[in-house]
Amino acid sequence: MVVEVRLFATFREGRFKKSEVEVTEGGSVRDLLKHLQIEEKEVGILLVNGRNSSVESQLGADDVVSLFPLIGGG
Amino acid sequence: MAGYCGKLLRVNLSTGEITKEELDIALAKKFVGGRGLGSYFLAEEVDPAVDALSAENKLIFATGPLTGSQAPASGRYMVVTKSPLSGTIACSNSGGFWGAELKRAGYDMIIVQGRSDKPCYISVNDDAVEIKSAERCWGKLVSETTDLLLEEAGDAKARVLTIGPAGERQLLLACIMNDRYRAAGRSGVGAVMGSKNLKAIVVRGSGKVATAKPEAAKEVLKRVRQMLKENDITGKGLPTYGTSSLVNVINEHGIYPTRNFQRGHFETADKVSGEALAEQYLVKNVACYACPIACGRRVKVGDVQGEGPEYETLWAYSADCGVDDLAAVIRANNWCNEYGLDTISSGTTIACAMELYEKGYIKPDEIDGPALEFGSSEAIVEWTRKMGAGEGFGARLAAGSYRLAESYGAAELSMSVKKLEMPAYDPRGVQGHGLEYATSNRGGCHVRGYMISPEILGIPEKLDRFSVDGKAGWVKRMQDLTAVIDSTGLCLFTSFALGADHYRDMYNAIVGEDWTTEEMLEAGERIWNLERRFNLKAGVGADEDRLPRRLLEEPILAGAKEGQVHRLAEMLPEYYQERGWDAKGVPTEERLAQLGLA
Repeated sequence: MVVEVRLFATFREGRFKKSEVEVTEGGSVRDLLKHLQIEEKEVGILLVNGRNSSVESQLGADDVVSLFPLIGGG
Repeated sequence: MAGYCGKLLRVNLSTGEITKEELDIALAKKFVGGRGLGSYFLAEEVDPAVDALSAENKLIFATGPLTGSQAPASGRYMVVTKSPLSGTIACSNSGGFWGAELKRAGYDMIIVQGRSDKPCYISVNDDAVEIKSAERCWGKLVSETTDLLLEEAGDAKARVLTIGPAGERQLLLACIMNDRYRAAGRSGVGAVMGSKNLKAIVVRGSGKVATAKPEAAKEVLKRVRQMLKENDITGKGLPTYGTSSLVNVINEHGIYPTRNFQRGHFETADKVSGEALAEQYLVKNVACYACPIACGRRVKVGDVQGEGPEYETLWAYSADCGVDDLAAVIRANNWCNEYGLDTISSGTTIACAMELYEKGYIKPDEIDGPALEFGSSEAIVEWTRKMGAGEGFGARLAAGSYRLAESYGAAELSMSVKKLEMPAYDPRGVQGHGLEYATSNRGGCHVRGYMISPEILGIPEKLDRFSVDGKAGWVKRMQDLTAVIDSTGLCLFTSFALGADHYRDMYNAIVGEDWTTEEMLEAGERIWNLERRFNLKAGVGADEDRLPRRLLEEPILAGAKEGQVHRLAEMLPEYYQERGWDAKGVPTEERLAQLGLA
């Protein structure tokens, strides 16, 4: 199945801004991070369909996953 | 004497009298300094019911005991006065180098009172303080004024604080600028300065801020510098992308106010994000006094060079106006810096005008400039220029969104609290942050108790942003701690990496105190109550602890968890209770006595 992955800030370096990524049926966010070669501890904010989520969350087809390192400001 | 200089400067512009007064250190410590101590003097010396633009109002430039010290990010000063925009107490906080220079000149604070007959400026060079003519600078932009006054000082190292033409015209959205690009932005403090015919304050100092316990200071400062360096936000995110690194974070959470808060998500936000700014227009990072973070952005677009835009500015002019043209946002921001306008209130007032135009309140034939249409790059740039210049319909915009919307019988379309425009987070998806907007002593403001830290960023711990449980207590504690951080003269951004104990340790080592964390937070609470009492006497009370109806009744659109409204009514009574106030939001005599304010 395919999910939409949005990467931000330094996660874009050597990767992409937005891409459709193929993940195995029933795969978790942890599996996706492995595929993207992003270490779990680097992740500051993790959203699935705009909602706070965890690396254990199981992904569904067409989910939108947004990944940020820990950034802030304002 | 350490940390504090122990001296304040009083300048009476009506009589031309300049006096140097000894600062009561016990009193200073009770209110910490900066925002707290400045508010104490304002409350003591000015009737809260005064007309903010009259000679009876005072304008206080206050540093904290840590301003200009060796502590990191210690370049802050605050402007305390009664706001002509909101009618509340105002405290606008700015960085750069001016505040540290004032301490080097030997003063904790300048109290400006009265009104000059003619345009003037104040020159401070250590002990030599003079009131000089500003005829040559009147009508000039901030960059021109800065150049002229540096030339007149004959010292390139002098620091210039000035208003632009917007402040001279007493436009209610006018700010005070220092070091060209840093702003004491909010609450119309520039209009108060203009009402006194005071164009600028030029400062040069040769002294040094003393440290009470050098060994202890060395240890704690080394420790906090290391923490700022190793923290992901202060060590990496802010230096790389500046404050606008937050654009995509807030947008992805569905709380990025779009088209005057009509939606919670801006489709093309990434085109006008911190990432895009770094990629396309960033020349270099800029740091304020003693700051290891360096979140400032020097940018260049065609012939326009300057600093910014910061996150809130970028949002106000892009998503809130439906514009995804970063070059136009930089140009609009540049006009704000040159004319001396609050970027948040200016951008959001244009957004409000765009909704009034869309809904047919503002008619095409009554405006003397570009159509006020959402998405128009031309509109944001040209209307900002016209606001600064006080030209035609621009002068009406420069009175802020509340007065504009109210004049069309549509006050509820002003996205403001206590007439101060709200910044870049839709409260419908961050319940605690909305409570902070509603209760902030200066109105719609995000930096009095930044609940985005726990509710979105998970600092110091992650809270459920949709829940109202326990948020009242959180808001109170964040507000009290922030009052202390502001008052010390440190930058609030240090709080992404540091906690209350670190501020206590820095204060104790530099000033030579033995504060406990509890005593420090109590000082914060004392400051909060002092401000609240000023507002109550000014006639701004619980009736105005509210949010625009849109946020309470219209479910959020196009944001995560659509359908949410803000649940203020569920939290406000609990908040009053947490504060020890009565049901009408008035501090009880008992609470005031406990805080030493009776």
